[in-house]
Amino acid sequence: MALLQISEPGMSTAPHQHRLAVGIDLGTTNSLVATVRSGLSVVLDDEAGHSLLPSVVRYHADCRVDVGYAALSAQNLDPHNTVVSVKRFMGRGLADIEDIASLPYRFVDAPGMVQLRTVAGVKSPVEVSAEILKVLRQRAETALGGELLGAVITVPAYFDDAQRQATKDAAQLAGINVLRLLNEPTAAAIAYGLDNASEGVYAVYDLGGGTFDISILKLSKGVFEVLSTNGDSALGGDDFDQRVFCWMLEQGRFSPLSAGDARLLLTKARDAKEALTEHTEVRVTAVLSTGEMMDATLTQAEFNAMTASLVSKTLTPTRKALRDAGLTASEVKGVVMVGGSTRTPCVRQAVADFFKQTPLTNLDPDKVVALGAAMQADVLAGNRVGDDWLLLDVIPLSLGLETMGGLTEKVIPRNTTIPTARAQDFTTFKDGQTAMSVHVLQGERELASDCRSLARFELRGIPPMVAGAARIRVTFQVDADGLLSVAAREQSSGVEASVQVKPSYGLGDEDITRMLKDAFTHAKDDMYARALNEQIVDAQGLIAATRAAMAEDGALLNETETAAIETSITALEKLMAGPDHQAIKRGIEALNAVTTEFAQRRMDQNVRRAMAGQKLETFG
Amino acid sequence: MERQPCVSPLTPNASPVMDFTQTHFELFGLPQSYALNRDMLDSAYRELQNTVHPDRFASQPEAEQRVAMQWATQVNEAYQTLRHPVNRGVYLLKLQGIDALDANNTKMAPAFLMQQMEWREAIDDARAGKSMDALDALSDDLHAAHRRIEAQLAELIDAAHDYAGASEAVRQLRFMDKLIAEVGDVYEELES
Repeated sequence: MALLQISEPGMSTAPHQHRLAVGIDLGTTNSLVATVRSGLSVVLDDEAGHSLLPSVVRYHADCRVDVGYAALSAQNLDPHNTVVSVKRFMGRGLADIEDIASLPYRFVDAPGMVQLRTVAGVKSPVEVSAEILKVLRQRAETALGGELLGAVITVPAYFDDAQRQATKDAAQLAGINVLRLLNEPTAAAIAYGLDNASEGVYAVYDLGGGTFDISILKLSKGVFEVLSTNGDSALGGDDFDQRVFCWMLEQGRFSPLSAGDARLLLTKARDAKEALTEHTEVRVTAVLSTGEMMDATLTQAEFNAMTASLVSKTLTPTRKALRDAGLTASEVKGVVMVGGSTRTPCVRQAVADFFKQTPLTNLDPDKVVALGAAMQADVLAGNRVGDDWLLLDVIPLSLGLETMGGLTEKVIPRNTTIPTARAQDFTTFKDGQTAMSVHVLQGERELASDCRSLARFELRGIPPMVAGAARIRVTFQVDADGLLSVAAREQSSGVEASVQVKPSYGLGDEDITRMLKDAFTHAKDDMYARALNEQIVDAQGLIAATRAAMAEDGALLNETETAAIETSITALEKLMAGPDHQAIKRGIEALNAVTTEFAQRRMDQNVRRAMAGQKLETFG
Repeated sequence: MERQPCVSPLTPNASPVMDFTQTHFELFGLPQSYALNRDMLDSAYRELQNTVHPDRFASQPEAEQRVAMQWATQVNEAYQTLRHPVNRGVYLLKLQGIDALDANNTKMAPAFLMQQMEWREAIDDARAGKSMDALDALSDDLHAAHRRIEAQLAELIDAAHDYAGASEAVRQLRFMDKLIAEVGDVYEELES
């Protein structure tokens, strides 16, 4: 690690501005925020010294909201209005939630994503998550003493497009600029400092509260390349609690439970599970609101037996991930354990048996993801120069289209490195067909109905032709966050349609605007001032970056081009003095447009330089 | 409005979006041949991604971020093409103006077809017998055959310039990939 930064003679003497950036682990059970201080990644605590923020949100009738421990302690009292493990509902419809009967919430089936009816109104999981993120943002801004440039937010590697989009929406709603959505296992790999001297293949086994992920990574010369990822987005510590809960029901022979009592027993179940990580048996007692009681002993052996099928359920995706990477368990050099549920001894033992080595557990499995996210945020914010690393991640699930007969046609296979883009040509099925329905899917199954529907859109205005004559090119682009956009274009007529894969899951832009408005109804002027301020900051950044690029590589531009850029800068500066944030936004877009060609030439030059160095290294 | 029938694919495989004048080999500074120095490819790939990846431009203006995404996409595409034995063969033949996966061109040596049927039966037997050992042995066989065809392909393209023969070898490799994927499915079935 670089201890001292010494600037070269002739380089800028201005101190490098440290940009405030954080990593956020938005977990099923607990959430955390971390940042890099003096080169070290640290978790930021709240005023009471807690680093974990329970991912629990309680809504009150007067619209007050409790988040964290205050909400956690109320969950037995007020189960309908206290949302725990909201992450399991992100980007999910009612039909996706398996254990709906045992949950105390009043679900509302909404198109796309399920919603929850609370005393403060109907809330989407995105809004609930945004409440958690707002608290973390506040905690970070207080601790760091300034506004955040942005955050890296982690998601399970196995999250699909809808779940990722919902996470990004929640951040936007909480006023957080997302520098990158980062896969949790990849974040853990960074935190383990696997870049230091470690070369080879590593597995990251991540069993959280509600999700299981396995990633196989190759580390080589500062590049973290994810070879494959797999998992189960509905398997986690909560399921272990559920098994203990069922055992308690058998022991107690209770009459039908109230929501509060069910909550109480689930909490007791979790306590018992946690106690069994250090003790060979635990006494489980409970007194219900009905006066019914239970008092029984649970041994570690009994616990292991009742959860054995859950543990083995994690090994199936693990084998698949290894197979996709073209590797065997013996080729894995180290296994990193992530997530609170990896404290469970039978989980550790199963992983050790499978990989025939002791897994790495020296970092706190609850904190390791946030610590890694903070390190990546520091790199993305540009605070680290010279000793940084590069992450090459993959999409976890194949992306495709529905074709005739309800079949899935894969366009981008799973474990493709992102960013990526693929195009495929399709044709019409009927004579004179003038419209085509494009149904975007994610998943591995052959039947479209077995895959997740991400979006539907129509390409209209196709000139009437005989069946099979039209040439419709459908293009998929997945960005570095793993988010998809799809465009369709009829080649002969140029008719186009495209979609940011948002509407069918995730929220539309209008929904976000409405929620933002709801959040700011009492402070309209504030909202306006904030919007104006944001645009001015963006414009300033853009102008500074453009000027710096021109100073460095002005030779790549001719006089006309230089003049055009100067004109756009002047125009933008004029707009910045005015009150209209929309106009400034248009000015930013104009300057971006006029510098695109310049950016392309600069990149060409960078690539030529990099490859020239490469050849010297390889052949020299 | 009545929903129109769904799309039907025109081409068997999705194709790259980017069209760039440099060949993938030129991009990575490699000789245009089927035989591949994997270390050189990997190291050139890492170097290029280090230069163009969007993470290098996260705090830069949007225009630069967009260009970075296009470049990183292109570099990934090129790397996946050259790294994968079938894709590399298809790509090299395409540079010679030959479509190895042309649907009208399905010529295949009878001996290979026979062998393939035997392998299929072996997969079915392993599945029926729920035998992991049989599956392991079969998997080893398939991978060995895969490597043999790759070696032939290098010979056919790089030395003999026999592109018709190479096209057939590419199609054989594709069959092998499918068989290997089927073995993977059976593993999955037996494990769960």
